[in-house]
Amino acid sequence: MDYAAVVILEILYMISFIALVSAGLAVVFGMMRVINLAHGEFVMLGGYTTLACQRAGIDLWFSMLVIAPIVVGLVGLIVERLVIRFLYGRMIDTMLATWGLSLLLIGIVTLIFGSSAVNVPTPIPGYQLGAYQMGGYNLFIIGVTIALYIGMWLVLRYTRLGLIARGAMQSADVASSLGYNPRTVYMVTFTIGAALSGFAGGVLAPLTGLLPASGGGYIAQSFIAVITGGSGAVISGTLTSSVLFGTISQIVSFASGPVLGDIVMLALAIVLLRLMPTGISGRFLRNSQ
Amino acid sequence: MRVSRRDFLGATGALAVTGSLGAVSAFAQGKDILLGSVLDNSGNLDIYGKPMVMATTLAVEELNAAGGLLGRKIKAIQYDTQSDIALYTKFAQQLARTDKVDVVHGGITSASREAIRQTFKRANTLYFYNVLYEGGVCDRNCVVTGTTPAQAVEPIVDYAMKKWGNKVVVLAADYNYGQITAKWLQYYIKERKGTVASTDFFPLDVADFGSTIAKIQQANPNFVVAALVGGAHMAFFRQWAASGMNKKIPLTSTTFGVGNEHLALSPAEGDGIVIAGNYSQEAQSPANLEFLARWKKRFGDTKIVHEIAVSQYQGIYAWAAAVKKAGSLEREAMLKAVESGISIEGPAGTVTIDPKTHHAALDIHLMEVKNQKLTIINTVKQRPPADTAQYCDLIKNPNDNKQYEVKI
Amino acid sequence: MKVWPSIGQMRWGWFLLGAAIILVWPAFFDTHTPTILLVWALFALSLGLMWGYAGLLSFGHTAYFGLGAYVYAIAVVNIGESTVPLLLAILIPAIVAAIIGAMMFYGRISDVYMGVITLVVSLILFKFMSATAGDKYAIGDARLGGFNGIPGFPVLNVPGLPDVSLFGVPMYYVAAVALLGCYLICRWILARSFGRVLVGIRENEGRCELLGYSVPAYKTAIFSISAAMAGLAGCLFANWAEIVTPSVFSLRSAAEVIIWVIVGGLGTLVGPILGAIVLGMLKLLLSEQTVIDNSLILGFILVVVVLAIPRGVVPALQYWFGRRARIRTQRSAHTRARRRVAAPVRPS
Repeated sequence: MDYAAVVILEILYMISFIALVSAGLAVVFGMMRVINLAHGEFVMLGGYTTLACQRAGIDLWFSMLVIAPIVVGLVGLIVERLVIRFLYGRMIDTMLATWGLSLLLIGIVTLIFGSSAVNVPTPIPGYQLGAYQMGGYNLFIIGVTIALYIGMWLVLRYTRLGLIARGAMQSADVASSLGYNPRTVYMVTFTIGAALSGFAGGVLAPLTGLLPASGGGYIAQSFIAVITGGSGAVISGTLTSSVLFGTISQIVSFASGPVLGDIVMLALAIVLLRLMPTGISGRFLRNSQ
Repeated sequence: MRVSRRDFLGATGALAVTGSLGAVSAFAQGKDILLGSVLDNSGNLDIYGKPMVMATTLAVEELNAAGGLLGRKIKAIQYDTQSDIALYTKFAQQLARTDKVDVVHGGITSASREAIRQTFKRANTLYFYNVLYEGGVCDRNCVVTGTTPAQAVEPIVDYAMKKWGNKVVVLAADYNYGQITAKWLQYYIKERKGTVASTDFFPLDVADFGSTIAKIQQANPNFVVAALVGGAHMAFFRQWAASGMNKKIPLTSTTFGVGNEHLALSPAEGDGIVIAGNYSQEAQSPANLEFLARWKKRFGDTKIVHEIAVSQYQGIYAWAAAVKKAGSLEREAMLKAVESGISIEGPAGTVTIDPKTHHAALDIHLMEVKNQKLTIINTVKQRPPADTAQYCDLIKNPNDNKQYEVKI
Repeated sequence: MKVWPSIGQMRWGWFLLGAAIILVWPAFFDTHTPTILLVWALFALSLGLMWGYAGLLSFGHTAYFGLGAYVYAIAVVNIGESTVPLLLAILIPAIVAAIIGAMMFYGRISDVYMGVITLVVSLILFKFMSATAGDKYAIGDARLGGFNGIPGFPVLNVPGLPDVSLFGVPMYYVAAVALLGCYLICRWILARSFGRVLVGIRENEGRCELLGYSVPAYKTAIFSISAAMAGLAGCLFANWAEIVTPSVFSLRSAAEVIIWVIVGGLGTLVGPILGAIVLGMLKLLLSEQTVIDNSLILGFILVVVVLAIPRGVVPALQYWFGRRARIRTQRSAHTRARRRVAAPVRPS
């Protein structure tokens, strides 16, 4: 019985993990149809920002929840101004440029922090669940992810910013004819997407440890979750695919081992894309956000 | 006998010197002795490789300052393999065929060793592997100065089973080091009438151990042995501590500390992990203190000195001792010298090369992590590489060339 | 009608010059490093053919390169003689690519999704091969070895003579002949109607469909041909390195080959070859120093090339020289009859 609860909690954690690291990519892909292959490195940068702040003596919570998103958001802004804005409408070129960017960022972080694994302390102790000892921080991540997605939904649904964003998403031409410069909308969106990635990186840093190359582990998962989720409805699509992939990969992990969990998840993504070439939301969730 | 171009040049060079008015400089005779190294100085294994590269530099500089070997200077040719196996084979070929070095000290993971060992064997280039590993390599061309399971795994099993009980969970890295070490663990645990509740293998890029930790709790062993390797696997020790398991089930490791993992974990996370090995910075022997002082003078930071950096350093000194004994770099003379039971005093104690296995008898410490330090619980002097010795006798079978694994 | 200057117009002079340089090289220089450069060039050529002419970008082309390497190693350990393993190393990637290609193209999957699927395929292979260290993962006598890979298999031999192995300079010639041969095959393919339809699909898929061509069939065919060449390159790589490890499937190698092709130039065959040789050289030189991180430089090059010369170096040069040549022709032709000059082609 306890074990069932443990398994369910681990599944919830895996779902949250995928949803959390995919949020930034989902926003950028959904609004701009830009696939940012440097997304994993944005997450990694969030982690290193948290590490640097924590080493400088700044409160850990403040560093991960506030400073990491701001710093990575600024990096995103710079990247948008210097690279992305020249490439709108050229999807493959954008993918290549952001891939180059990801290599570049790995190189820079290696130069600054070295390529050895470093760690941020875990601020929440473990707790007892029946006969089992569980990581308390996992609960925090589940909570943060739920809050983040509710927040995103509220912003999109009820604020003026959300209205403009939804408008630009549905029809960039109409939004622009109403006086909202799509270039500005894109710039803001990309910055927000980067900030969300930085936030995910900061929050996850205490759990996974940091390596300059650790972005590679995030990009595959989030890339697959977002694309499979589809561009029809960013938030619900990504959330649906996170639930699907998180549940299946974690059940397989428990049944055999983490490797098979990953492989099954990847294979499932191929099958889903073949059946639904426009993603889950393109098929089922047309009228949600 | 085949005379290579370089031998020929060396010989004529030596003739020219003796034919002249006699040597003035200590290094006047012939060309430099070439010492090659292939180590990961960047990429995700550089946590191991960087200090080894520094140790190589330090050892070569010291030997040269002391007058070189055979009156000749040593020149180190070091290649960075960037944690990429393909570059190992490339640079091994380069060292053996283009640079034509006299000896190679290098290789970190067992995968990298197996990628280059045969290349050096074919090219008749003497090869030293100076890293703790899973044991069993039986190759006359290869000398191993790192620890083997009989030296560094058995003491852990022995200590932990006496202290905590006989039900064990094994976690290991999924490549030949982890696979073979796991077999040895099973062998030692069964020998002591214990049971292995489960053995799990993890590829080097796995960083999420949530399901694993839950499964360990379900198995509820008396202790856990972790033979995990590399940066991503560090996450296991963190997630283990984050869930509070470090207070519930004792943890031991065959690799922890080798990459200075104890420095990356906070005291609360790392304390209590039991390990065994050849080296601890805390050892108060004069040899170690002097070594650390020399390191500090040359590189500044001594924090990063770890066991396999010291192994590399000792390996180079063991090779130097063999060169002195052989009085030549000629391969047969060198192998005879290696097989005469040479012994040196290194920072981690006495290193004696066993003629039969080309492995080393070493001083082994059982250690516990305390406040980011490896504190020594007890020390066994000159523990032999008994695992490899079960199968390997290079005096009797000099042409043996394989890696033996324990049969369970 | 010369609408497609890059097809069917074989500059034999340049080809013979390049071939001559490659073939006389071993007389003067070491061949160990050049061998791998030729192998990488062949790999880049395979992607360049598919991406530059049919407009299909495979983000995980390493899947077929790596499959070629693994198939060769596994087969040669079991068989001993290298002729059949070599053929299998070409055939099996081609079949796998045909299956995956058919699945994607008949499913009408768009460019981006094709990128995802090809990437995921190589990720799966990477994860799976990394997890095969146990004894139970063996095909015949060949243990897959996980992270260690498969070391110490027999290298290529003269067909029929298992004891005469091709090693060193002969191996270099094998790679050289493979590269030149594949180049000629590519030229031949592009000069035929098959090649023209491919370019047509790249330019306007819908129109080709309406003209009655089965677009998915053409796409699947070129994907499979390209995978066969990548498999051959992988097999040669295995022979050069004398070890096969899962890193042949890694994201990093997948990125590298894309960088070689795009820097060298899309829509040409020489571009990818030169891109691979020059950047491969750079990669090897960089690993003999430790001052600057390797990925930093590669990343920088990729970003700059995409922004500044999105068509790659070779097409940019061709365009530049082509324009000058045309200006000359125009001047000389000025007094003669008016002549229509074909507009420069923009490979997409």
